[in-house]
Amino acid sequence: MKATVLVRPKQGILDPQGQAVESSLRQLGFSVDGARIGRVVDLEVDAADAATARTQVEQMCEQLLANPLIESYEIELAEPPA
Amino acid sequence: MTSPQPRVGVLRFPGACDDRDALWALSALDAEAVFVWHTETELPDLDAVVLPGGFSYGDYLRCGAIARFAPAMEAVVEYANAGGFVLGICNGFQILCEAGLLPGVLRRNESLTFVCRDVPLVVERTDTPFTVRCEEGQTLTIPVKHGEGNWYVDDDGHAELEARRQVVLRYAEPVNGSRNDVAGVVNERGNVMGLMPHPEHAVDPLLGSADGALMLSSLVESARARFVATV
Repeated sequence: MKATVLVRPKQGILDPQGQAVESSLRQLGFSVDGARIGRVVDLEVDAADAATARTQVEQMCEQLLANPLIESYEIELAEPPA
Repeated sequence: MTSPQPRVGVLRFPGACDDRDALWALSALDAEAVFVWHTETELPDLDAVVLPGGFSYGDYLRCGAIARFAPAMEAVVEYANAGGFVLGICNGFQILCEAGLLPGVLRRNESLTFVCRDVPLVVERTDTPFTVRCEEGQTLTIPVKHGEGNWYVDDDGHAELEARRQVVLRYAEPVNGSRNDVAGVVNERGNVMGLMPHPEHAVDPLLGSADGALMLSSLVESARARFVATV
Protein backbone atom coordinates (compact mmCIF):
# COMPACT_ATOMS: atom_id res chain seq x y z
CA MET A 1 0.00 0.00 0.00
CA LYS A 2 1.35 3.42 -0.94
CA ALA A 3 1.69 5.96 1.84
CA THR A 4 2.80 9.56 1.72
CA VAL A 5 4.06 11.33 4.80
CA LEU A 6 4.17 15.12 4.95
CA VAL A 7 6.51 16.46 7.61
CA ARG A 8 6.24 20.15 8.41
CA PRO A 9 7.83 22.57 10.85
CA LYS A 10 5.32 23.02 13.67
CA GLN A 11 3.37 26.24 13.88
CA GLY A 12 5.28 28.91 15.72
CA ILE A 13 8.65 27.29 14.99
CA LEU A 14 10.92 29.64 13.11
CA ASP A 15 11.64 28.33 9.61
CA PRO A 16 14.60 30.25 8.16
CA GLN A 17 14.49 28.18 4.95
CA GLY A 18 10.87 29.15 4.41
CA GLN A 19 11.73 32.79 5.06
CA ALA A 20 14.59 32.71 2.56
CA VAL A 21 12.38 31.14 -0.12
CA GLU A 22 9.61 33.61 0.60
CA SER A 23 11.94 36.55 0.17
CA SER A 24 13.24 35.10 -3.11
CA LEU A 25 9.69 34.66 -4.37
CA ARG A 26 8.97 38.28 -3.51
CA GLN A 27 12.06 39.38 -5.40
CA LEU A 28 10.64 37.54 -8.40
CA GLY A 29 7.54 39.70 -8.07
CA PHE A 30 5.17 37.19 -6.45
CA SER A 31 2.98 38.40 -3.63
CA VAL A 32 3.39 35.61 -1.08
CA ASP A 33 3.38 35.17 2.64
CA GLY A 34 3.91 32.39 5.19
CA ALA A 35 6.21 30.11 3.15
CA ARG A 36 7.17 27.03 5.16
CA ILE A 37 9.41 24.19 4.05
CA GLY A 38 8.89 20.59 5.04
CA ARG A 39 9.56 17.25 3.42
CA VAL A 40 7.68 14.46 1.72
CA VAL A 41 8.37 10.77 2.30
CA ASP A 42 6.79 8.29 -0.12
CA LEU A 43 6.57 4.74 1.12
CA GLU A 44 5.33 1.35 0.03
CA VAL A 45 3.98 -0.32 3.17
CA ASP A 46 3.46 -4.03 3.44
CA ALA A 47 0.22 -4.23 5.42
CA ALA A 48 -3.02 -6.23 5.21
CA ASP A 49 -5.35 -3.23 5.44
CA ALA A 50 -5.38 0.55 5.64
CA ALA A 51 -5.77 0.68 9.43
CA THR A 52 -2.71 -1.50 9.98
CA ALA A 53 -0.73 0.51 7.45
CA ARG A 54 -1.70 3.77 9.15
CA THR A 55 -0.66 2.47 12.57
CA GLN A 56 2.67 1.37 11.18
CA VAL A 57 3.34 4.68 9.46
CA GLU A 58 2.38 6.56 12.64
CA GLN A 59 5.00 4.56 14.51
CA MET A 60 7.55 5.38 11.80
CA CYS A 61 6.76 9.08 12.19
CA GLU A 62 7.06 9.01 15.97
CA GLN A 63 10.29 7.04 15.97
CA LEU A 64 12.16 8.41 12.99
CA LEU A 65 10.48 10.41 10.25
CA ALA A 66 9.57 13.45 12.36
CA ASN A 67 11.02 15.05 15.46
CA PRO A 68 7.93 15.85 17.55
CA LEU A 69 9.71 18.77 19.26
CA ILE A 70 9.72 20.82 16.07
CA GLU A 71 7.78 18.93 13.40
CA SER A 72 4.23 17.81 12.78
CA TYR A 73 3.24 15.14 10.28
CA GLU A 74 0.31 14.08 8.14
CA ILE A 75 -0.19 10.64 6.62
CA GLU A 76 -1.98 9.99 3.34
CA LEU A 77 -2.77 6.44 2.29
CA ALA A 78 -3.51 5.63 -1.32
CA GLU A 79 -6.06 2.84 -1.59
CA PRO A 80 -5.00 0.26 -4.17
CA PRO A 81 -7.18 0.31 -7.31
CA ALA A 82 -10.10 -2.13 -7.00
CA MET B 1 54.43 6.42 39.89
CA THR B 2 52.26 7.43 36.99
CA SER B 3 48.57 7.96 37.57
CA PRO B 4 46.33 5.27 36.11
CA GLN B 5 45.08 5.90 32.59
CA PRO B 6 41.31 5.89 32.26
CA ARG B 7 39.95 4.34 29.10
CA VAL B 8 37.77 6.57 26.95
CA GLY B 9 35.82 5.20 23.98
CA VAL B 10 35.37 7.29 20.84
CA LEU B 11 32.43 6.14 18.74
CA ARG B 12 32.95 5.88 14.99
CA PHE B 13 29.99 6.29 12.71
CA PRO B 14 30.17 6.26 8.93
CA GLY B 15 30.46 9.94 7.98
CA ALA B 16 32.22 10.99 11.18
CA CYS B 17 35.22 13.25 10.57
CA ASP B 18 36.46 14.39 13.97
CA ASP B 19 36.93 10.92 15.46
CA ARG B 20 40.72 10.92 14.94
CA ASP B 21 41.09 14.41 16.40
CA ALA B 22 39.09 13.37 19.46
CA LEU B 23 41.19 10.21 19.86
CA TRP B 24 44.42 12.18 19.46
CA ALA B 25 43.36 14.91 21.92
CA LEU B 26 42.25 12.44 24.58
CA SER B 27 45.49 10.46 24.20
CA ALA B 28 47.52 13.68 24.48
CA LEU B 29 45.63 14.42 27.69
CA ASP B 30 46.70 11.11 29.17
CA ALA B 31 43.70 8.88 28.51
CA GLU B 32 43.80 5.50 26.83
CA ALA B 33 41.52 6.41 23.96
CA VAL B 34 40.00 3.61 21.88
CA PHE B 35 37.66 3.57 18.90
CA VAL B 36 34.29 1.85 19.15
CA TRP B 37 32.74 0.90 15.80
CA HIS B 38 29.07 1.80 15.37
CA THR B 39 27.96 -1.80 14.79
CA GLU B 40 29.22 -2.99 18.18
CA THR B 41 26.34 -4.08 20.37
CA GLU B 42 28.35 -3.85 23.58
CA LEU B 43 30.86 -1.29 24.76
CA PRO B 44 34.25 -2.47 25.99
CA ASP B 45 35.15 -1.66 29.59
CA LEU B 46 35.16 2.18 29.47
CA ASP B 47 35.45 5.05 31.96
CA ALA B 48 33.89 7.58 29.57
CA VAL B 49 32.42 7.77 26.07
CA VAL B 50 32.86 10.52 23.48
CA LEU B 51 30.60 10.92 20.45
CA PRO B 52 32.70 12.93 18.01
CA GLY B 53 31.68 15.43 15.38
CA GLY B 54 31.05 14.82 11.72
CA PHE B 55 28.16 13.99 9.45
CA SER B 56 27.06 10.54 10.54
CA TYR B 57 25.01 8.81 7.86
CA GLY B 58 25.34 11.91 5.70
CA ASP B 59 23.03 13.90 8.01
CA TYR B 60 20.19 12.31 6.05
CA LEU B 61 16.64 13.03 7.23
CA ARG B 62 17.78 15.11 10.25
CA CYS B 63 21.28 15.30 11.67
CA GLY B 64 21.79 12.52 14.21
CA ALA B 65 18.41 10.92 13.44
CA ILE B 66 19.83 7.77 11.85
CA ALA B 67 22.90 7.40 14.07
CA ARG B 68 20.75 7.19 17.18
CA PHE B 69 19.57 3.78 15.97
CA ALA B 70 23.10 2.43 15.47
CA PRO B 71 23.65 -0.72 17.57
CA ALA B 72 26.42 0.99 19.55
CA MET B 73 24.00 3.76 20.55
CA GLU B 74 21.80 1.30 22.41
CA ALA B 75 24.86 0.40 24.45
CA VAL B 76 25.64 4.11 24.97
CA VAL B 77 22.09 4.77 26.24
CA GLU B 78 22.49 1.89 28.68
CA TYR B 79 25.91 3.20 29.71
CA ALA B 80 24.50 6.71 30.29
CA ASN B 81 21.52 5.38 32.24
CA ALA B 82 23.96 3.54 34.50
CA GLY B 83 25.66 6.87 35.28
CA GLY B 84 28.58 6.64 32.83
CA PHE B 85 30.06 9.87 31.48
CA VAL B 86 29.07 10.63 27.89
CA LEU B 87 30.23 13.69 25.95
CA GLY B 88 28.74 14.52 22.55
CA ILE B 89 30.56 17.04 20.39
CA CYS B 90 28.73 18.75 17.50
CA ASN B 91 27.20 15.81 15.57
CA GLY B 92 27.58 13.87 18.84
CA PHE B 93 25.40 16.50 20.54
CA GLN B 94 22.83 16.17 17.75
CA ILE B 95 22.80 12.39 18.19
CA LEU B 96 22.35 12.64 21.98
CA CYS B 97 19.39 14.98 21.48
CA GLU B 98 17.79 12.67 18.90
CA ALA B 99 18.38 9.73 21.25
CA GLY B 100 16.55 11.56 24.02
CA LEU B 101 19.57 11.60 26.34
CA LEU B 102 19.69 15.40 26.16
CA PRO B 103 16.87 17.92 25.88
CA GLY B 104 16.11 19.86 22.72
CA VAL B 105 17.05 19.57 19.10
CA LEU B 106 19.68 21.19 16.85
CA ARG B 107 18.17 22.98 13.89
CA ARG B 108 19.55 24.71 10.82
CA ASN B 109 21.49 27.86 11.74
CA GLU B 110 19.28 30.91 11.71
CA SER B 111 21.53 32.50 9.05
CA LEU B 112 21.23 29.33 6.90
CA THR B 113 25.01 29.51 6.48
CA PHE B 114 27.68 27.19 7.80
CA VAL B 115 29.58 28.87 10.62
CA CYS B 116 33.26 28.05 11.08
CA ARG B 117 35.25 30.21 13.50
CA ASP B 118 36.59 30.54 17.02
CA VAL B 119 33.85 31.62 19.42
CA PRO B 120 33.94 32.87 23.00
CA LEU B 121 32.02 30.70 25.47
CA VAL B 122 31.16 31.39 29.09
CA VAL B 123 31.39 28.49 31.55
CA GLU B 124 28.30 28.53 33.74
CA ARG B 125 28.96 25.38 35.76
CA THR B 126 32.11 23.75 37.01
CA ASP B 127 30.49 20.96 39.03
CA THR B 128 30.09 18.67 36.02
CA PRO B 129 32.52 15.90 34.97
CA PHE B 130 33.18 17.94 31.82
CA THR B 131 34.16 21.26 33.38
CA VAL B 132 35.87 20.53 36.73
CA ARG B 133 39.07 22.13 35.50
CA CYS B 134 37.34 25.34 34.38
CA GLU B 135 36.36 28.32 36.48
CA GLU B 136 32.82 29.60 36.77
CA GLY B 137 32.34 32.66 34.57
CA GLN B 138 35.53 31.86 32.67
CA THR B 139 35.51 32.65 28.95
CA LEU B 140 36.86 29.86 26.74
CA THR B 141 37.76 30.28 23.09
CA ILE B 142 36.86 27.15 21.14
CA PRO B 143 36.02 26.77 17.43
CA VAL B 144 32.62 25.87 16.04
CA LYS B 145 32.00 24.46 12.58
CA HIS B 146 28.43 23.53 11.86
CA GLY B 147 25.40 24.22 9.72
CA GLU B 148 22.93 22.93 12.27
CA GLY B 149 23.78 24.20 15.74
CA ASN B 150 20.70 26.23 16.41
CA TRP B 151 19.59 24.58 19.64
CA TYR B 152 15.88 24.75 20.34
CA VAL B 153 13.55 23.66 23.10
CA ASP B 154 10.02 24.96 23.78
CA ASP B 155 9.25 27.65 26.39
CA ASP B 156 8.37 25.29 29.26
CA GLY B 157 11.31 23.02 28.56
CA HIS B 158 13.62 25.98 28.40
CA ALA B 159 12.43 27.47 31.69
CA GLU B 160 12.85 24.09 33.42
CA LEU B 161 16.30 23.63 32.00
CA GLU B 162 17.51 27.05 33.12
CA ALA B 163 15.96 26.54 36.58
CA ARG B 164 17.84 23.23 36.93
CA ARG B 165 21.03 24.92 35.71
CA GLN B 166 21.50 22.44 32.89
CA VAL B 167 23.16 25.04 30.69
CA VAL B 168 26.90 24.54 31.11
CA LEU B 169 28.24 26.66 28.24
CA ARG B 170 26.78 29.76 26.67
CA TYR B 171 28.02 31.68 23.64
CA ALA B 172 29.25 35.13 24.66
CA GLU B 173 27.89 36.44 21.34
CA PRO B 174 25.19 35.23 18.92
CA VAL B 175 26.53 32.38 16.77
CA ASN B 176 23.72 30.37 15.20
CA GLY B 177 20.36 31.50 16.60
CA SER B 178 20.54 29.04 19.49
CA ARG B 179 17.95 29.69 22.16
CA ASN B 180 19.35 32.02 24.84
CA ASP B 181 22.78 31.44 23.22
CA VAL B 182 23.00 27.93 24.64
CA ALA B 183 26.20 26.21 23.47
CA GLY B 184 26.29 23.17 25.75
CA VAL B 185 23.86 21.40 28.09
CA VAL B 186 23.92 18.50 30.53
CA ASN B 187 21.16 16.07 31.41
CA GLU B 188 19.42 16.39 34.77
CA ARG B 189 21.74 13.84 36.39
CA GLY B 190 24.79 15.68 35.06
CA ASN B 191 26.60 12.70 33.50
CA VAL B 192 25.74 13.38 29.84
CA MET B 193 26.80 16.56 28.06
CA GLY B 194 26.48 17.85 24.53
CA LEU B 195 28.07 20.93 22.98
CA MET B 196 28.40 22.36 19.49
CA PRO B 197 31.95 23.80 19.85
CA HIS B 198 34.89 21.45 19.28
CA PRO B 199 37.21 21.19 22.30
CA GLU B 200 39.25 18.52 20.47
CA HIS B 201 40.29 21.17 17.92
CA ALA B 202 41.61 23.47 20.67
CA VAL B 203 44.08 21.49 22.73
CA ASP B 204 47.30 23.20 21.70
CA PRO B 205 48.22 26.90 21.39
CA LEU B 206 49.48 26.08 17.88
CA LEU B 207 45.86 25.45 16.92
CA GLY B 208 44.85 28.93 18.07
CA SER B 209 43.65 27.98 21.53
CA ALA B 210 44.24 25.34 24.18
CA ASP B 211 41.00 26.08 26.02
CA GLY B 212 39.39 22.90 24.74
CA ALA B 213 41.98 20.94 26.70
CA LEU B 214 40.44 22.31 29.92
CA MET B 215 37.20 20.54 29.06
CA LEU B 216 38.67 17.30 27.74
CA SER B 217 41.14 17.05 30.63
CA SER B 218 38.18 17.61 32.97
CA LEU B 219 36.57 14.57 31.39
CA VAL B 220 39.79 12.55 31.61
CA GLU B 221 40.20 13.52 35.27
CA SER B 222 36.59 12.58 36.07
CA ALA B 223 36.99 9.31 34.17
CA ARG B 224 40.20 8.60 36.09
CA ALA B 225 38.44 9.16 39.43
CA ARG B 226 35.73 6.78 38.30
CA PHE B 227 38.30 4.25 37.11
CA VAL B 228 40.25 4.40 40.40
CA ALA B 229 37.04 4.06 42.39
CA THR B 230 36.13 0.85 40.56
CA VAL B 231 39.55 -0.85 40.76
